[in-house]
Amino acid sequence: MTLPDSGRAFVFGDQIDTDLLAPGHLMKLDPDALAAHCLEAIDPTFASTVRPGDFVVAGLNFGLGSSREQAAVSLKRLGVRAVIARSFARIFWRNAINLGLPAVTLPEADQIAAGDLLSLDLGAGRLTNQTPGRTYAFAPFPDHLTAMMRDGGLIAHLKRSAASQTGAAA
Amino acid sequence: MAGANAIKGRTLVEKIAAKASGRADARAGDLVTAEVDLCFAHDSSGPRRWAPMLAELGRGLWDPSKVVIASDHYVPAVDAESAAILSLTRRFAAEHGVGRFYDMEGIGHMLLAERGLVRPGMLVAGGDSHTPMAGAFGAYAAGYGATDMAAIAATGRTWLQVPATIRIDWRGTLRDGVTAKDMMLFLCRELGMDNGFRAVEFAGPTVEAMSMPERLVLTNMAAELGAETGVVAPDATTFAWLRDAGAPVEDEAAARAWASDPDADYEAVHRLDAVELQPMIALPHSPANSVAVAEAEGRRIDQAYIGACVGAKLEDLRMAARVLKGHRVAPGIRLLVAPASSRVTEAAAREGTLAILMAAGATLMPSGCGACAGMGAGLLADGEVCISTTNRNFKGRMGHAGAEVYLGSPYSVAAAAVEGRIVDPRGYLNQRRAAA
Repeated sequence: MTLPDSGRAFVFGDQIDTDLLAPGHLMKLDPDALAAHCLEAIDPTFASTVRPGDFVVAGLNFGLGSSREQAAVSLKRLGVRAVIARSFARIFWRNAINLGLPAVTLPEADQIAAGDLLSLDLGAGRLTNQTPGRTYAFAPFPDHLTAMMRDGGLIAHLKRSAASQTGAAA
Repeated sequence: MAGANAIKGRTLVEKIAAKASGRADARAGDLVTAEVDLCFAHDSSGPRRWAPMLAELGRGLWDPSKVVIASDHYVPAVDAESAAILSLTRRFAAEHGVGRFYDMEGIGHMLLAERGLVRPGMLVAGGDSHTPMAGAFGAYAAGYGATDMAAIAATGRTWLQVPATIRIDWRGTLRDGVTAKDMMLFLCRELGMDNGFRAVEFAGPTVEAMSMPERLVLTNMAAELGAETGVVAPDATTFAWLRDAGAPVEDEAAARAWASDPDADYEAVHRLDAVELQPMIALPHSPANSVAVAEAEGRRIDQAYIGACVGAKLEDLRMAARVLKGHRVAPGIRLLVAPASSRVTEAAAREGTLAILMAAGATLMPSGCGACAGMGAGLLADGEVCISTTNRNFKGRMGHAGAEVYLGSPYSVAAAAVEGRIVDPRGYLNQRRAAA
């Protein structure tokens, strides 16, 4: 899906866990149905108001808890452009990147307000908040992860590597 | 920095990362490609997610003998959807020649431990966040999501950034009625849950004196600290457990090398005294919201739940039985017991522990992740309150988002079931001693 150049910030706090992102008792639902419940326990209107290209902005330890990839899948299905957080839980961070959903660690994420218009330049390591007119730099991802996201995620990346050089792994 | 590394000792996790990546040395922060020794998944995160990705890659399992699959989340099936997930899992295991497929025999993490499938020095990749539990055997055991796991299942490899290690040194003897669970609820509060990309090593005389089941609680809840893995160095207790599991370690002296060097480069070392510790209760909605039981006393409950990988081993059932013997669950309160595996149920039945729980009015549930994962039976309605031996109490995890879950040890959960409110369980233990 081609996303617009900029999107609105949906701002959440610290310790947003995987049960908030993908409630356990709904995990049998198909991905789109599950995504409709994403974060509803703390923001009942999020899933219905977020539009493709919008951003999720959060505080510390975003995505803690379960390994359930549906937490990241739900955000991707809703068209979220990227998650910007002060820090991430490890499994969620890997899951997001494996799906091609950028998870950007930005200590200044708490300076972003709900509704601010953001744009992301992943290659340059730059997030711009157009509303107050501020640009933030973040540490670039390691090369193999940048390549993976560029290919559209881990599975697409593995397919591509296998096609170009037989037997290569991530 | 390289010079400093060359002379510093190595942590257990750095040693395993070096072996798994075929390097002479691997240090915290290094990015390596590692060969996985054991690949574990369950019915929710495994075959149903792997199958389409393996098909897309045009690959099967890299080595079925290194794959363990346990159906533990949707067991037993309660509707057509969960039945379909279990059916798919069975077919996948058969078609791919997975010999170690456990169909409704218990929770995967418990099965890895009780069947002796984890060896010191292994790199274990599991499709579940509580995979670190296997680190109690001196393994580097980390949880991954379904795409990472599908790639591991297909290639046997993954990338990892070698985590720095935080060492927790416990000394002193736990007071009667205080458990490994209380230690971990305390640590969740003290260290917080944001220790991602790090390993936590549990050491010191208190840990050395602990049984394997209690050590498994420490490493299991390393997940709640946010850690990539929890580890305990293998010792005589580890080797005795593996012998009893029918999977003895051939060269115990060599296996003892899977320990951190005395001069290992830790990110931090915390020294704690177990004698000081009280029974801990985590208030809703986070394991880090833990308080000494005195501060939670009097909170009313509707349900008490003894279950999950962390809280329904035979030893946990024995703790509950010690409190419940001669007592009844309070009127209007339900006590649900879901033993961690069928072997646990069998052993608890054989030794009489189960009879004590049943006589107290407990309801016996199937072995599986059950209500803890929000998938099985025993979920909560809006406004209901549960105290649970499980490891997480996030909002909405065990049913309705308006439910409240408290976490405690099996002693604390059993005592709350008797009174219908949270109490210090040690009153029940002392009572029994006075009566005896």
